[in-house]
Amino acid sequence: MFHRREYRNRPEYWDGVRDQVSVAMGIGAWGLMTGVAMVQSGLSALEAVLMTLIVYAGSAQLAAVPMIAAGAPLWVILAAAFCVNLRFVVFSAHLRPYLMHLPRWERLIKGYITGDLSYVFFARRFPHPGANAEELAQQQAYLMGNCAVNYVAWMGASLVGIALANAIPVAWGLGFAGILALLGVLCSLASSKLRFVSAGVAGAAAVAAWALPLKLNILVAIASAVAICLVLEKFRPEAQGPGAHHA
Amino acid sequence: MLDLDPWTLLTIVALGCITVITRGFFFISSKPWSLPHWAQRGLQYAPIAALAAVVVPEVVMSHGELIATWKDARLFAAAAGMAWFLWKRGVLGTIVCGMAVYLPLRLGLGW
Repeated sequence: MFHRREYRNRPEYWDGVRDQVSVAMGIGAWGLMTGVAMVQSGLSALEAVLMTLIVYAGSAQLAAVPMIAAGAPLWVILAAAFCVNLRFVVFSAHLRPYLMHLPRWERLIKGYITGDLSYVFFARRFPHPGANAEELAQQQAYLMGNCAVNYVAWMGASLVGIALANAIPVAWGLGFAGILALLGVLCSLASSKLRFVSAGVAGAAAVAAWALPLKLNILVAIASAVAICLVLEKFRPEAQGPGAHHA
Repeated sequence: MLDLDPWTLLTIVALGCITVITRGFFFISSKPWSLPHWAQRGLQYAPIAALAAVVVPEVVMSHGELIATWKDARLFAAAAGMAWFLWKRGVLGTIVCGMAVYLPLRLGLGW
């Protein structure tokens, strides 16, 4: 998918690669610790490898592994993973107009490989869907370059983590590098006052609603931040473009 | 090490399907449909909100509680990372600078 020549021949592909390389180290550290954690929570090395290759969603994996180890019913595990992944449903609503010119199977594959940061970088770089076939193709090239780096960094580091599961103590907390990567991207998105407000409200709400099960606090945080920003926008229309441009 | 429980395998494959369904939720139908205007406006605030919702609890909470001490390596690492970003605007530098503060505090002082 992301190795196709039609993508690689466009300069936007390499822009996507460059953007994601800037966070690849954090993604890698996070993948490494996810690999370590899967084995230390009770999966066999083979099961952990299959989970890495098939599921490709770190937070859902980390939520599911202890439930698998505890023998939870399948539907409960799937419902939990769905809730942990609900933010991607929001992202897919945003990305729909960028992808609808493609056949369904291709949309679904591209959705599958688009993780959090690829979505964030893509939305930052392209505030509007392309108006013609050429622009849409440029956007796809960017997305595929970005996803390629994310995929390789995540998969490679996760597999290394599984191999080293008994050598790297979780207590070192190397996974915090992944949080720092997200923090850096967060800073790069803070391009207007209302976006500062959005980050502040979401952070506070996520802490306040922490007790909710299944990481639903994240969804509550996004919903309340967006709602408050929309209300503020009505009262105090800010002179700003519809999205931040490339930093 | 190479054990493969069939039920676990089924769970893993089903979890893969969940990834496809959630990441492509609104790509499944081919019917023309578009978000209402307010939702399109709102989506420009969603990415930063999603990141803050993930990041903030990971920095200021442990074991489901707000931390009560300032002696926590994560606070200093996050502050150092943000300071780097304000200064140089690079995400890679944010990670490196943050970890350079985090690891000595955590492994050296046990914060």
